[in-house]
Amino acid sequence: MHIHFLDPYRSGSSPVHAADARLKFVLTLAFILTASLTPPGAWPVYILLFALILSVEILSGLGVGYVLKRSLLALPFVLAALPLPFTVEGRTLFSLPLGGWMLTASLEGLARFVSVALKSWLSVQAAVVLAACTPFPDLLMAMRAIRIPRLLTAMFGLTWRYLFVLADEALRLMRARAARSGAETGAAPSASLRAGGSVAWRARVAGGMAGSLFLRAFERSDRIYAAMLSRGYDGEVRALPPPTFTAAHWLTLTLGLTLLALLLGFGLLFWG
Amino acid sequence: MLYSPAPMHIPDGFLSTLVAVVLWILSAGVIAYALRRVGKDLGERQVPLMGVLAAAIFAGQMLNFTVAGGTSGHLLGAALAAILLGPWAAIIVMTTVVSIQALIFQDGGLLALGGNLFNMAVIGVAVSYFVYTSVQKIARGQKWGVFVGGFAAAWLSIVVAALACALELALSGTSPANVAVPAMGGIHMLIGVGEGLITLGALAFLYAARRDLLHIGEAAPAGGRAVWVGGLLIALLLAVLSPLASAHPDGLEWVAEQKGFLDAAQEPLYNIIPDYLFPGVSNDALATILAGILGVLIVFGVALGVAYLRRKQMTDR
Amino acid sequence: MHHSIEIKDLSFTYPDGHPALQNVSLTIAPGEKVALVGPNGAGKSTLLLHLNGILSGQGSVRVCGLSVAKENLARVRAAVGLVFQNPDDQLFSPTVFDDVAYGPIYQGLEREEVERRVTSALAAVGMSGYAQRVSHHLSAGEKKRIAIATVLSMNPEVLVLDEPTAGLDPRARRGLIRLLGGLPMTMLVSTHDLAMARELLPRTVILDEGRVVADGPTEALLANAALLEAHGLEMP
Repeated sequence: MHIHFLDPYRSGSSPVHAADARLKFVLTLAFILTASLTPPGAWPVYILLFALILSVEILSGLGVGYVLKRSLLALPFVLAALPLPFTVEGRTLFSLPLGGWMLTASLEGLARFVSVALKSWLSVQAAVVLAACTPFPDLLMAMRAIRIPRLLTAMFGLTWRYLFVLADEALRLMRARAARSGAETGAAPSASLRAGGSVAWRARVAGGMAGSLFLRAFERSDRIYAAMLSRGYDGEVRALPPPTFTAAHWLTLTLGLTLLALLLGFGLLFWG
Repeated sequence: MLYSPAPMHIPDGFLSTLVAVVLWILSAGVIAYALRRVGKDLGERQVPLMGVLAAAIFAGQMLNFTVAGGTSGHLLGAALAAILLGPWAAIIVMTTVVSIQALIFQDGGLLALGGNLFNMAVIGVAVSYFVYTSVQKIARGQKWGVFVGGFAAAWLSIVVAALACALELALSGTSPANVAVPAMGGIHMLIGVGEGLITLGALAFLYAARRDLLHIGEAAPAGGRAVWVGGLLIALLLAVLSPLASAHPDGLEWVAEQKGFLDAAQEPLYNIIPDYLFPGVSNDALATILAGILGVLIVFGVALGVAYLRRKQMTDR
Repeated sequence: MHHSIEIKDLSFTYPDGHPALQNVSLTIAPGEKVALVGPNGAGKSTLLLHLNGILSGQGSVRVCGLSVAKENLARVRAAVGLVFQNPDDQLFSPTVFDDVAYGPIYQGLEREEVERRVTSALAAVGMSGYAQRVSHHLSAGEKKRIAIATVLSMNPEVLVLDEPTAGLDPRARRGLIRLLGGLPMTMLVSTHDLAMARELLPRTVILDEGRVVADGPTEALLANAALLEAHGLEMP
C-alpha cells in the first residue's frame, strides 16, 4: 500500500508545468503579496487577479474544478472574519435585535469581510497551482536558488522523502488498530463512535502508535545517517548549483512582476 | 481524507501585510539563530535525525482519534519535538513541518507562513520547553515529571499558540480581539487536551521502550536558558495581553492606528482621488456596478481566450 | 599490489556490552567475490560497517591499501561502495538523480562529471531514464538497483552488499543476480541466499557469534551439511 494521493503534484505537459520552478515560486509569492496588499473593496482588482489565476489554471490543464475544490480547504477559517460586518463602523446594512443587544451590520464591514475571504481564496488557488504543477524536488531547487538556508532545504527534502514512507507506516498502524476495534454486533451504529473505551484511553492508544512511529523514525535515522556517511557525508550540506536563469526567464519574471505591480498600483490608486 | 487541516494554520488573506511581514522577520531571525545552534547540540547527525523526525511528526498527525460526535483530535507535535530533541532542533523540525504543510497541502498560507511559523515553531516550542524543563526540575528526575511535564507542555503550547494566533488576527483587523481570543482560546483548551494525551501516550511508549531517547533533549542545549526565559515571557505576555485585548477589543487597532502604520502608506493616495470609486463617475453605487460588470467581462474574456489558445495548442500537436 | 580488504584481529563490542565481533581476520584479493554468511546476529552487518569506518573497533582494517582511519575516511568511502539492506534507508533524496549524484557531489566533482557519473551508473544497473523519478514510487527491485547505482556512481573498487536479494520476488532476484554477475569489482556480499552465493560468489566466509568459523570455496562449504547445520544454515 502506497500513499500516492498525499503528493499533490499532478504530472502534465502544460506551459505552467514546464515553466522554471524559480519563476513559478517567485511569481506565486508575488501574486499572494499583491492580493494581500490590495485594499478592501477594490473589486475590479480582485476580479482581475481572479482572471489572472483562472487563466493560469486553464493553461495548466489541471482542471478548474480540481483547483477550486482544493481551494475550499481554507474555507473554514472564514469563520474567524465573520464578526467583521458587525464590528466595523459605517453605513448600516441591517440590524438584528439579539436579546438586549442590537447587532448592526455595516456596508464597510461587509466589504472588509468579503475582501478577506477573496484574498484568501485567490492566494490558496495560486498555492494549489504551484504545488500541483511543480514537482517538489524542483521547488527545493527554487528555494535553494532564492537563498533559503541549505540546511533547511536539506531538511525539507528528507522530510518529504520520508513523509511517504512513514505515512505508509502510520497507515499500517491505523489499519491494525481498526482490525482490532470492532463494536459488538447488534450494537447501535453510534456505539462504534464510542467503541474502545474512554476518550483518554483512545488518545493514549493513538499516543502509543505515535510513540512507536517516533521510535522507528529514530532507528531509521541512524541507518540513513550510516548510508549518508558511507557516501561521503561530512556534516555539511552540499548540492549542485541550480541551472542558469536565462534571459528568457528574467524577461518572463519581469513581465509577471510588472503586471502584478500594475494591478496593485491600480488598486492602491483608486481604493487605497 | 487522511490529512485534515488544523484550525490553527492561518491562510493567506487573514493577516494584514504588515503583521505578516513583521512575523516573517521575527520567525526568520529565530530560525536563523536555531540553525546555527543545532549543529552544536546534535553534530553531523542533525540532518537525518531532524529530517526523519519531522516526517514522523507529519505522519503522527495522521493518527487522529475520535473525541466525540465526529470531531477528532490529532497531533501538532511541537511539545514532543521539544522534549525529544531540545529547543533548537525542535524549532527546525517544526519549521520544516509547518512549511511543508503550507507548500504542499496549502494548510496555512505562504505569506502567512511567517505567522504560522512564529506560533507553532517558535512560540509552541519555547512554551513547551519552558514548561517541560520546569516540571522536570520540580520532579527531580522522578518518573511523573516526564508525564506531567509532557502533558502540561503539550496543552499549554497549543493554547498559547492559539492565543498568539488570535492576537495576530486582531492586530490585522480581521477578527476583533473580544471574539477571537475567547473563541480560539476556548476551542484550543479542548484541542490541547487531545494534544496532551497523545503526547503523554507517545512519551509513555518511549519511556518503556527506549528511555535513553528522552534524554537527548535534556542534554543542556547550547542557549537553552534563553529559550526557557523566552517561553516564560511569551506565556506571561499572552496571559496578560489576551484578557486585556478582549476587554478592549479596539485597543489593538487603536495602538496600530496611533503608531500610524496601518494607514501610513495609503495616506497620500487619499488626497489624489477622494471619494470616487471610478474617476469621473461620482455615484458610488453606479461605479461599483460598472466595475463589477467590467470585471466579469474581463474574467470571462481572458478565460475564454486562454481556453481557446490551449485547445488550439493541443490539437496542433 | 595491495589487497582489496585486509582485516586483522578485529573485535567490536556494542555500547551495551554485547560483543559483536571477536578477533576477526579476513583478507580478500582484488577481483575476488566473497559471500559472508551466518545466522542473524552473527555480526555480518557489524563487520560490513567497519569496512567504511562507520563503526570502528579494535584491530586493523585496511581497504585498497588505506588504513580505515579518520584521515583516510573520504578516500576509503569512495573506494568501498556500501549497499545497505533496506533501499528506503539508502535512497534518502527526493529524486533518483539526487541520490545517485550524492556520492559524486561529496567527492567534489563538477556538474558535468556528476551528470556523466549518474548516467553511466544508471545505465550499469539497467535503470536509464529513471533519473527524475521519485524513489517512493519505485518497486522493491527497482529501488535495489538504484541503491546499487548510488555507490557505482562513486567508481568504487570494492562493492559491499548487505542482503541484496532479501525481500525481492523471484524475477527481481534473478535480474539482480544477473546484474551483480556482470559487475567487475571486488565484491563482499552478506546473505542468507546460499543459492545465490553458489551461483555468483566462488568463496564463502561463515561468521557465527562474531567469529569466522569457516572460510573456503563456496561449493565445498555448501556441501558440508554438518558445518552448515552447526551454524544455523541450510543447504540450498
